[in-house]
Amino acid sequence: MAAMLSFFQQIGSKAFLSLARLGRAHIFLLRTFGALPSLWGEFRLVIAQLFSVGVATVQIIAISGLTVGMVLGLQGYTTLVDFGAEDSLGQMVALSLLRELGPVLTAILFAGRAGSALTAEIGLMKVTEQLPAMEIMAVDPFKRVIAPRFIAGFISMPLLAAMFSALGIIGGYIVGVGLVGVDDGAFWSQMQAKVDFYDDIMNGVIKSVVFGVVATWIAVYEGYEATPTTEGVAKATTRTVVHTAFAVLGLDFILTALMFGGL
Amino acid sequence: MTEIETSQELLVRMEGLKFSHGNRVILDGINIDIPKGKVTTIMGPSGTGKTTVLRLITGQLTPSAGCVMVEGQEVAGLNRSALYALRKKMGMMFQSGALFSDLSVFENVAFPIREHTDLPESMIRDLVLIKLEAVGLRGAKSLLPAELSGGMARRVALARAVALDPMMVMYDEPFTGQDPITVGVIMKLIRTLNDSLGLTSILVSHDVAEVSQISDYLYVMSGGKVVEKGSPEVLQNSDSPWVQQFLNGLPDGPARFHYPAIDLADEMLSE
Repeated sequence: MAAMLSFFQQIGSKAFLSLARLGRAHIFLLRTFGALPSLWGEFRLVIAQLFSVGVATVQIIAISGLTVGMVLGLQGYTTLVDFGAEDSLGQMVALSLLRELGPVLTAILFAGRAGSALTAEIGLMKVTEQLPAMEIMAVDPFKRVIAPRFIAGFISMPLLAAMFSALGIIGGYIVGVGLVGVDDGAFWSQMQAKVDFYDDIMNGVIKSVVFGVVATWIAVYEGYEATPTTEGVAKATTRTVVHTAFAVLGLDFILTALMFGGL
Repeated sequence: MTEIETSQELLVRMEGLKFSHGNRVILDGINIDIPKGKVTTIMGPSGTGKTTVLRLITGQLTPSAGCVMVEGQEVAGLNRSALYALRKKMGMMFQSGALFSDLSVFENVAFPIREHTDLPESMIRDLVLIKLEAVGLRGAKSLLPAELSGGMARRVALARAVALDPMMVMYDEPFTGQDPITVGVIMKLIRTLNDSLGLTSILVSHDVAEVSQISDYLYVMSGGKVVEKGSPEVLQNSDSPWVQQFLNGLPDGPARFHYPAIDLADEMLSE
């Protein structure tokens, strides 16, 4: 009986701590939103972060997008050809990327490349007392450190997702048309006919914006809340990648259900 | 002189100050007065809550009980904008220097000036060069923090701390881990800047010899309490065994060499 009570006590304690953490994360987000107006006139701070958060992530997104598109082209062809529907390869590749794979994989890769770097950078600023130093100089770290990184992630994610999808379609084209012999005109015309601007492209963009906010929020929050030790920063960096992956996959299901129905 | 003379104007006053972290009591009802224009040092072994005192003065932490008054204002009662207004009059030199690693030495010193004033670039340049000249690092203005030695980083941090001509500067363990020449340089800078700029300086340190030379008043803390206070001469002549152990670096005394444990013989025979 005592062991069972202890078990429930532990579950309760963990749930309470998680709830408190979630509450702190939301207060953090509100403070970040509150600091955004102060970026007006401080564009160089945002531009510097756009480079380190966005531009530096282009390479991994470009390579991943291209290879995912190539695999989709190959796998799609082997399935579609059984039904004599290989001409629909362009449609399949484009819809898969624009609706799902583009936003989701970009967000997960973004967490691994840019999110982890954001967490480590902010965490190390805490370890080396740069954030407390800023506070004591009466400079709000939310205005100087958090808000520029948050807005850079918010802007970068949809652009990176668009790049991922575009290069994925090119990858699918290279394999589908170039290697396995799908008709060139059919590949593009099927895509043009079946991909809807609002239902497919815009819904994908909305997803990537939501994932961008969530991935950057988790990254900057974990950095800011990191225990200021080497181990603390390492754990925070891991949490960023894991929590972002869970959050993105969970949100993707909810957004897909809302956008495309089926439930 | 065992007490700070009551006629002296106080800049900081701490009364019955308590601070706990979880169940751990860090400060247990301390009273500390910091007079204007003087160098006051809070001494004590590691882990006695010295740095916590600085964090309470700057409003980074809120006391569990008691109060911290700076310039007659209770720090814990200030809202964010009032606290930031007060902090603009404070400077702090962190143990690590806490320089912004992505900015050059020049930009680090210019940072608070750029953030809080609308001065033209030419004037910012002149002000930064004057501050860097004062700490002897004008020639290092283009270096990045990663290219500086530990002592140089602290001198840049000191230049940054006084960039806005604050009323008080706090030093967190300014001598720890430095070579004798750097210690001498930092000692000279603390005393000279305090007197020439009319500052009030608060040091937190456990380097007895160094702080005894440059401080006007000393507070010795142990176990979250102030165990002795006064001028360096008064402390040298203190009959408190704890103060004598601390000042003379004796390995055993009221602060025990052994971490509390059961008797060795009992432990050896218990298995």
